Amino acid sequence: MFNRRKFLANGVLAVSAACLNPHLAFAAGAESGDKRFVFIIQRGAADGLAILAPTGDPAYAGLRGDLAADIATGTKLDSMFTLHPALAQTAKLYAAKEALLVHAVASPYRDRSHFDGQNVLESGGLAAYRIKDGWINRLLGELHGGKAVALSPTVPLALRGAVPVESYAPSNLPDASDDLLIRIGDLYAQDRQLGPLWNQALAARAKAGDSGDAKGAAAAGTLAARLLGGPDGARVAMIETNGWDTHNGQRGRLTAQLTGLDSLLSALKSGLGPAWRDTMVIVATEFGRTARANGTGGTDHGTGALAMILGGAVTGGRVMADWPGLAPQALYDGRDLKPTMDLDVLITDSLARHFGLDPIRTSSILFPDRRA
Amino acid sequence: MTSPTFAESRFGLGPRGDDGTVSIGDPRSWAVAQIARFQPAIANLPSRAAIATELADFYELRRTAKADARQESPPSVAMMSKAAMPKAAVDPAIKAARREARDGYARLVGARLASALSTPTPFLERITHFWANHFAVSAQKVTTVGFAGLLEMEAVRPHVTGRFGDMLLAAEQHPAMLFYLDQAQSIGPNSALGQRAAARGANRGLNENLAREILELHTLGVRTGYDQADVTEFARALTGWTVAGVGRGPGARFVTGNPGDFSFVDALHEPGARTILGRRFAEGGEGQARAVLEMLAVHPATARHVATKLSRHFAADDPPPAMVARLERAFLSSGGDLPTVYRALIASPEAWDETQPKFRSPWDWTVASLRAVGTREVQPLPAVALLNQLGQPVWMPPSPAGWDDDAASWAGPDALVRRVEAAQRIAERANAVDARSLAPVLLGAQLAPATATAIARAESPTTGLALLLASPEMLRR
Repeated sequence: MFNRRKFLANGVLAVSAACLNPHLAFAAGAESGDKRFVFIIQRGAADGLAILAPTGDPAYAGLRGDLAADIATGTKLDSMFTLHPALAQTAKLYAAKEALLVHAVASPYRDRSHFDGQNVLESGGLAAYRIKDGWINRLLGELHGGKAVALSPTVPLALRGAVPVESYAPSNLPDASDDLLIRIGDLYAQDRQLGPLWNQALAARAKAGDSGDAKGAAAAGTLAARLLGGPDGARVAMIETNGWDTHNGQRGRLTAQLTGLDSLLSALKSGLGPAWRDTMVIVATEFGRTARANGTGGTDHGTGALAMILGGAVTGGRVMADWPGLAPQALYDGRDLKPTMDLDVLITDSLARHFGLDPIRTSSILFPDRRA
Repeated sequence: MTSPTFAESRFGLGPRGDDGTVSIGDPRSWAVAQIARFQPAIANLPSRAAIATELADFYELRRTAKADARQESPPSVAMMSKAAMPKAAVDPAIKAARREARDGYARLVGARLASALSTPTPFLERITHFWANHFAVSAQKVTTVGFAGLLEMEAVRPHVTGRFGDMLLAAEQHPAMLFYLDQAQSIGPNSALGQRAAARGANRGLNENLAREILELHTLGVRTGYDQADVTEFARALTGWTVAGVGRGPGARFVTGNPGDFSFVDALHEPGARTILGRRFAEGGEGQARAVLEMLAVHPATARHVATKLSRHFAADDPPPAMVARLERAFLSSGGDLPTVYRALIASPEAWDETQPKFRSPWDWTVASLRAVGTREVQPLPAVALLNQLGQPVWMPPSPAGWDDDAASWAGPDALVRRVEAAQRIAERANAVDARSLAPVLLGAQLAPATATAIARAESPTTGLALLLASPEMLRR
């Protein structure tokens, strides 16, 4: 395990070291050149404590119980953290020093509404609905040249704003996300007509097998790589992933979700080929989930979360965390992983270094409500 | 006290989300007032003549392609290995013509949907869709792909607030109907051309498809007392009714008129008087079948048939008998004056029973969902694809009976999953719509607490909106 303060002291925290270096001169903007940036949003609050499990924390096993069973076969990264076994390709990126995992991180948002939390995550404001455009769009204003594309039918908030952005999505009806199917099931359960029909539909679906998820995710990665490829390709892309709100049946659902994410990242890397060297991917979610397992085999809305920074341009192979611990008195509101690092700062520093931007100016553009 | 959102869904096409909380006032007055305001005209329609000419060109292309294929087949073709043989090569010009026809169909679907999304008279728009399904044609034939949508625009819309008899005549004389139910191929055996064909030993003659479906589906209704002799006699009376300018069908060179227009060809018409439902119809050329239609249009069985279908559409899958009787009386006493029937419909308490919702058909649900999220403009091709995937391709019902109008036909397990998938798709494409504030606008008093809670707890704004669109309340009207 690495400690953030130690990182800074040793100068090994590459992303922050860049902005602390007074000798680097920054232009007001930068040519995007060959540099590529991909933002993957995990909508629904991904459970960082299951994805990168603090298996070395003495309170972890007690809090999680059976919910943590899958982690036994995961990839042990150091004495504290174990990566979920479904992230096998990501573990390889980590071994190749192309994955930086940042734990106990959070946006400024401190309540537990998905709507509001995602609004803050995407707008870059201090509170929901305060800023109308998205921080990625504002970033585009700082990068001279280079298109941006959203892999979704409409442009998500993070990419909305003054700079025109394309969006692209395959035309077939998408499979409904597992999350939506579960919620619909709850909604139809009380309906005499729809309840039984829905149960039949789910039975048929189970029979048909649901191998489609990983395939779909890999296709999204390949598509993103294609849109980011070539000299005229996009330089910034955003990919939306849904289904992280695991209030119940978390083990199976999270395994499927992570298998999808792992395939997506792997397809993105292989699709980009040599361009992977110039690529940085940030994976982030609106907030984390409760430290303790709930009574329905899942976890509820929490606070501190996990962010991942991946790519050939990343100095990775480490976990970055100012670990707050999971002892009762260490938990935020007595229930959540306490955030010890600002997602805003992480994003600012990573992007400033990646594109060669002035970190202070970048912070004021991307997250204007933050106090300098 | 009827809730406005129920009125807008049951009688209209669902509230528009971007209209906010604009009140429709008294729901019954709101519906009645639309009858006088209905505008039949629709912008940007392809012309009948253009479609007919395209169709004629297509046949010409196919003819020459076949002739070319025969001429160009080299004698050595038998020596070629099977792998080297071209796969039943389709002439690119024919392919292009097919594509053009499909695009034309999609444009018409787009025009229908655009009208449904923005209409100031949603009750009459719903009624239009009802009648188009009553006079169902399918765009699946080469001959009907271009014309099918036009039947709704040209034969239904202008008569929606007129007389049933006028709509009936316009529908039966429309090229889409004449082609779809094979009337354009029918020849009177004793007509001039029929006699000539018989002399050649050609097996051409009467086609009774249209006559049968008019009696069974468009007017009297099945098992209402007509028999096979009535069908055959009616089919004889209809001979000569065909379409001009398509360059096809028996005696094409005898057909006069603008391409795509109805044409009566005396040389195809079976001469003589006809007896149908016990009534004698003197020989009168085109007017003979027209007289039969006039009788059928005001027949008591027709009144009952129409009253039953309207009651099923607006009140319940099992039409309430008292309501059927009321509409039947309105139809008969007014000689098939449709506004009179609509007013009786609006005055029927059975149609306002909020505890007996109707399950929305895929078309109905799609329109309601798009209106809900504030869509006004749609790309035709994705709209066509969406309705295909939901199982109700526009103007392509499985039979001349049209689409069923009951829950049993639409509420199935697979259909439900597709609708949820479509809800997700529509939600993904809706820009910045907050389902938490939209839900009460759309559903008013029908919004169940469970739905409101599910939306508020959704993992993302998109999922929240998908939940709203796929909610039990939105699946019904």
